Amino acid sequence: MKVLVPVKRVIDYNVKARVKADQTGVDLANVKMSMNPFCEIAVEEAVRLKEKGVATEVVIVSIGVQQAQETIRTALAMGGDRGILIQSDSDLEPLAVAKLLKAVAEEEKPDLVIMGKQAIDGDNAAVGQMLSALLGWPQATFASKVEVAGGKATVTREVDGGLQVLEVPTPAIVTADLRLNEPRYASLPNIMKAKKKEIAMKAVADYGVDTAPRLKVLKVTEPAKRQAGIKVENAADLVMRLKNEAGVL
Amino acid sequence: MAVLVVADNDNAHLRDSTHKTVTAAKAISGDVDVLVMGQGAQAVADAAARIEGVRKVLLAESADLGHGVAEAQAATVEGLMGGYDAVLVPATSGGKNYAPRIAAHLDVAPITDVVEVVSADTFVRPIYAGNALETVQSSDAKKVITVRPTAFKAAGEGGSASVEQASAGANGSGTAFVSEEMVKSDRPELAAAKIVVSGGRAMGSAEEFQKVIEPLADKLGAAVGASRAAVDAGYAPNDYQVGQTGKVVAPALYIAVGISGAIQHLAGMKDSKVIVAINKDADAPIFQVADYGIVGDYKTVVPELMAALG
Repeated sequence: MKVLVPVKRVIDYNVKARVKADQTGVDLANVKMSMNPFCEIAVEEAVRLKEKGVATEVVIVSIGVQQAQETIRTALAMGGDRGILIQSDSDLEPLAVAKLLKAVAEEEKPDLVIMGKQAIDGDNAAVGQMLSALLGWPQATFASKVEVAGGKATVTREVDGGLQVLEVPTPAIVTADLRLNEPRYASLPNIMKAKKKEIAMKAVADYGVDTAPRLKVLKVTEPAKRQAGIKVENAADLVMRLKNEAGVL
Repeated sequence: MAVLVVADNDNAHLRDSTHKTVTAAKAISGDVDVLVMGQGAQAVADAAARIEGVRKVLLAESADLGHGVAEAQAATVEGLMGGYDAVLVPATSGGKNYAPRIAAHLDVAPITDVVEVVSADTFVRPIYAGNALETVQSSDAKKVITVRPTAFKAAGEGGSASVEQASAGANGSGTAFVSEEMVKSDRPELAAAKIVVSGGRAMGSAEEFQKVIEPLADKLGAAVGASRAAVDAGYAPNDYQVGQTGKVVAPALYIAVGISGAIQHLAGMKDSKVIVAINKDADAPIFQVADYGIVGDYKTVVPELMAALG
């Protein structure tokens, strides 16, 4: 069974995004970039499926700038087998990304696509569902547990108010939520090995899909800052203020 | 140009996020219809008909819709989009699950997590965990929008719209519902609660979390939340998680107990009206957003607070 894992290079999870003074976007110059945390979870899940003998090959695909190769290398060091980088210098919208991934899926014919539920830059949480819709393959999003056997994936999902279990026939799209697993750190020997793994370099034009943006970003601004309030001495003072000053009790 | 709002419901109850999404819809068009998808959901449709300013309510029912199967939900909406210029879906985990599918099938860009409607084609949405706000203008003829409910006031009651039947869309993908396990609670729903009490990693254990946070929440009639650190450590269920990767809340009062205030947590609660922080580290970032702070060990402060509340 083949598993395809799309990954995205984004601002590091621990770095606070700063808005550019000219309001054209977020300043990413000289900012630490890493693999999107939800993508790491997806890679980990795919590698575990391989270690269990369920998956035979794990293919990593990324769409982005030249440096996204490093993100693919990280995934290969975690246990991915080979990579594909579709180079793009512009930041593509979810619709364009879904169309490119559809073309990749039609070429690679994976049995399962596992990907992060959202990227922490655009925060759309849309590509997995859009890919599923375009391919006509079933979807199971926000997964906290995945079991694959007999041409089916049984997926436990995080939903409002609890958990839901769905069964989807493969090929299918699964998007990873936070509690699916804890991604490993790649060991030094595996990092060395990953350097020899193949990454196919592609261009957006190779896939013949329309990636023109549909949304025009008029401006990017900083949200209104909250002012720090006051420190109160004790609980009785707090309750008095919440009642009389803030009027929320 | 008419717009369609999809109701957030559990087959029995209409959720408040629907009323808030109606408010966002009214900023786009005066002709707002509401679609209720579920099974045995007549009471939900009747409740939706009472929302002020709703033109008519459409009710589509099937087993797959009752279980929230995304393929069937998206197909139901797609079947109706001939009559609408935009569809607005509450950005709950249920809404986020199917709305992007509609956009893909209509070949349009989804506009997600909208916090402000500037005009019929221009919207504001948070990016980078709420550290930036992006204003986007859509060039698509039809718009698929998800709405962050906490950013809008709830539409009032007093309407008397008609309720019509609509066709349920086909699943068509082979996705089968197996089971669900809902957390049973008498407390208000986290995303809609007026008061939220949240605990952090400082609790140290699930037992301590239950002993400290839950009685305080119950005394205040509040919902219980948790930081990602507390959830990751297993002190609280994931459903309690407030933050970028969990729920976004904006209650009248948010009480953070033993939460340091990581960026990712602040993204989920900084729009609360009044924030109270209890933390023994006076330099914790949570104090930079808190209206009222108490520097002290929660082990002594929370019992005092319980006593002061009487």
